[in-house]
Amino acid sequence: MKTNLSALAAGLLFGMGLMLSGMSNPGEVLSFLDWSGVWSPDLIGVLGSAVLVSLIGFQLARRKNKPWFEAEFPVLPMKSIDRPLLFGNLLFGLGWGLAGYCPGPALAGLALGNNEVLVFLVAMLAGGFLQQWWARQRNNL
Amino acid sequence: MLTKLDPTSHWLAGQIAGIHLFTLAGGMAIGAAAVLLYHAIGRIAGVSGIFFTGMKEGGLWRWLFLGGIVVGAGLGAYLFPSLNIVSRPNPGIWILTLSGLLVGWGTRQGGGCTSGHGVCGLGRLAQRSLVAVLVFMAAGIFTASLLRHWLGVPT
Repeated sequence: MKTNLSALAAGLLFGMGLMLSGMSNPGEVLSFLDWSGVWSPDLIGVLGSAVLVSLIGFQLARRKNKPWFEAEFPVLPMKSIDRPLLFGNLLFGLGWGLAGYCPGPALAGLALGNNEVLVFLVAMLAGGFLQQWWARQRNNL
Repeated sequence: MLTKLDPTSHWLAGQIAGIHLFTLAGGMAIGAAAVLLYHAIGRIAGVSGIFFTGMKEGGLWRWLFLGGIVVGAGLGAYLFPSLNIVSRPNPGIWILTLSGLLVGWGTRQGGGCTSGHGVCGLGRLAQRSLVAVLVFMAAGIFTASLLRHWLGVPT
């Protein structure tokens, strides 16, 4: 119960933040990523202030043995910097710069009367499942 | 051509001061949400990971988090309707599809997106995430500045 309520509260805060910060406006995102015209630095403000808060929060969490409402912190896999990381993020960035959507803002767009995100989200789902199918095929060889 | 720095030019300061107050407040809310999810249940607030794991394995908390994002954004738009804008032309169905396919594939293969690698990963001082952010930022700048114009996407 407390787990579910915390997740809901975090989601609400996250979505509100995406909306207020301008992240949910793909035009704002593109005006930061597009250096060929008039450049807007706003996204540095969004990411900078978000990372500042998370930096403090995650450092404070190191002193805790367990989360408030769960028995323990899940162990995060320690992986090295590998080709899937580089290649995946390259493809993600290429897609992000095309339409200005990453997954969070695309979800937020569902509540903003922004119908183009439907097309984007269906394609995003297909892309993710295709990748997982491809990865399975590769592992079975 | 190199010119001497003009101390009377406040271009950079102006750019920075021009960052809207809502931008910073919104960014802090995103960071606070990630911190809340981690302190409360020990989970990383990575939207792509939660979305795809939720599709595959379910988990009520995942759907509540994702639903919260939608409702939270709607609430923000209700309280501040003037902020709810899309300041670029619709790129068309094919560009949206291609963009979605790349974002879906890339975030699965690369293990995260702007929230998981960006907000949480950088906050946790994870090396992998720093590399991820540099790569997706560079790729995003390349597409938005060059590829998008070559493909004739309306700007």
